[in-house]
Amino acid sequence: MSTASKYQLDYLDQLESEAIHILREVAGQFERPALLFSGGKDSITLVHLALKAFRPGKFPFPLVHIDTGHNFPEALDFRDHLARTIGEKLIVRKVEDTIKARHLTEPTGKFASRNALQTYTLLDAIEEFGFDACIGGARRDEEKARAKERIFSVRDEFGGWDPKRQRPELWNIYNGKIRKGENVRAFPISNWTELDIWNYIRREQIALPSIYFSHEREVIGYEGQWVAVSPFIRLDPTDQVEVKRVRYRTVGDMTCTAAVESGASVIDDIIREITATRTSERGETRIDDKVSEAAMEDRKKNGYF
Amino acid sequence: MDLLRFITAGSVDDGKSTLIGRLLYDSKSILADQLEALEKQSRNKEDGEIDLALLTDGLRAEREQGITIDVAYKYFSTPKRKFIIADAPGHIQYTRNMVTGASNANLIIILVDARNGVVEQTRRHSIIASLLNIPHVVVAINKMDLVNYSEDVYNNIAIDYAEIAKTLNLKDVVYLPISALKGDNIVERSDKLDWYEGPTLLELLEQTELEKDVNLTHGRLPVQYVIRPQTEDVELHDYRGYAGKIVSGIYRKGDAVTVLPAGLKSRIKSVETGGKEVEEAFAPQSVVLQLEDDIDISRGDLIVKNDHQPRVDQELEVLLCWMDAKPLIRGNKYLLQLGSRVVRSVVKEIEYQLDVNTLEKNFAPGNIGLNDIVKATIRTASPLPFDSYRELRAGGGAVLIDETSYVTVGACMIQ
Repeated sequence: MSTASKYQLDYLDQLESEAIHILREVAGQFERPALLFSGGKDSITLVHLALKAFRPGKFPFPLVHIDTGHNFPEALDFRDHLARTIGEKLIVRKVEDTIKARHLTEPTGKFASRNALQTYTLLDAIEEFGFDACIGGARRDEEKARAKERIFSVRDEFGGWDPKRQRPELWNIYNGKIRKGENVRAFPISNWTELDIWNYIRREQIALPSIYFSHEREVIGYEGQWVAVSPFIRLDPTDQVEVKRVRYRTVGDMTCTAAVESGASVIDDIIREITATRTSERGETRIDDKVSEAAMEDRKKNGYF
Repeated sequence: MDLLRFITAGSVDDGKSTLIGRLLYDSKSILADQLEALEKQSRNKEDGEIDLALLTDGLRAEREQGITIDVAYKYFSTPKRKFIIADAPGHIQYTRNMVTGASNANLIIILVDARNGVVEQTRRHSIIASLLNIPHVVVAINKMDLVNYSEDVYNNIAIDYAEIAKTLNLKDVVYLPISALKGDNIVERSDKLDWYEGPTLLELLEQTELEKDVNLTHGRLPVQYVIRPQTEDVELHDYRGYAGKIVSGIYRKGDAVTVLPAGLKSRIKSVETGGKEVEEAFAPQSVVLQLEDDIDISRGDLIVKNDHQPRVDQELEVLLCWMDAKPLIRGNKYLLQLGSRVVRSVVKEIEYQLDVNTLEKNFAPGNIGLNDIVKATIRTASPLPFDSYRELRAGGGAVLIDETSYVTVGACMIQ
């Protein structure tokens, strides 16, 4: 039986140690890494892990936020506050600027999402700063294509992922050697599930933006999901604006992230709700993944996170 | 609550994906929207039953061809354990994927079709389990529903397999009869298998003892990164911390250590985890060590305890699984990565090729290509500290990297 001896690590400690190991491999193997920071719980967890990996030293990378302009203001405030508190460098690059500079076409529609346009801004930022590795908070439990991506994922100069040409990744050896033009996306929390993240946040008492907790918000109902009223979505005459007590399970853009009706105002309540829920994180809250079975695979092939 | 990583070996025909689907489904790890998507896809197929196999095939090509090409990772937990499944394809042309998935596994489930018994593929998967030194083996005799849940069939297969286990020196082997399709003995006990008194598959996964899998006697810490705050802060001015993940052993304040390959000696001044000083740390914790002496240490060095030191040499005998479409050529130079150390190396000799189905040795092999396994001698450009893979998994597994494409082309198990 698995009796806990003095020298056995709890599963959260094992996941933490693995993530720290990966962060340090990035720091050790690359010249100019960056940590992609969205203001969501996964990237906040990454920052917490980086503190554990590199303190009392400074981070060997800046935090980089690709700002779609459609973010929740609470998440942006939190982002700035966190970067200030830990005293690390934050670089923000705006999708808005890329659209103007490159004459990109804005998507249209009721929930016109700039999600896909982020890729352009990200690739421009990679070029501008010469980043050779970008650390991201993707998890393999989120989605089927992600379940197959390596922890060190080599991308071509278009940021493209080729699932058929992935490098074998054995033991705890990460091969970060790349040719000119290529770069690596590194995913330290690949092996964490949504529940692992929440349990870790609870254990480590990690602060989160307020929108993760129950609050009142004006929303409209759309195909069984609650979408926040904001300047970025189109309200139609048939839409009924209601005030609901909601929280967010993921924090993406206001255009493509749906809220969950909930009274959970502390982490214990959230964990209880997630344990009981019968819908996956992306299924419940992402409006953009429902398009096709291979939506994520296609986005990744095109350079998405 | 601890963590178990396991791999499932078998092909679609053995019901491997169905087994994983069943584990996730019966342990309630599949959520409503995923199930809905599954039902939608299953409807496109002929029989109409929910196809649990569809859960694990992530890439479009895999769904189209109905096969698993790459290793997929799946997660579920029970109140006792978190599980990470490496779902790897079973056909011989995907040996490298199976080797990859097996490299981190504590346990392997070898699926045997009850109708066919022990076949070539069973042997191959067992040989890989043995080469990769997976500590625990579960032989799941599947499709018992198609042999009328016969105890005799089960016993005969178990007897046959015991021979393989003996030949391969597999340590902890457990047998159980199941039907992944019907759900017999996966999570729920089956009354059709009332002659079987052992645990169900899930119980087995929950109960397998993992404590001894981690080596706590041979101290090995590959230095990944040196932390130097470089601030004006007086207390931190001289701080120099060696950051890494302990792959085996226990490190305590005051311990005598040696830094390899240089052979420099010192003592541990402090052990830190998560920025806080602790009395001791052990595998697999990530730590920062400070040493008493100011010696030159950088990424790629190995800090070891003075007892049970590894070998340091420039010549290694390895079992090498070739993983690239381009052939392995004797005399070619590759980068060899072991832990955090990367050295240039050359494949000097190829002694024999191992038939992964029969264990036969071919001493006059032709071209060595993708998925081939050979015994080879590698010479490194500079001294390399290493362990025997069989004795210490974490200190004896290395990869070869092509010097021009930088692709990972081989996996070495050092002898």
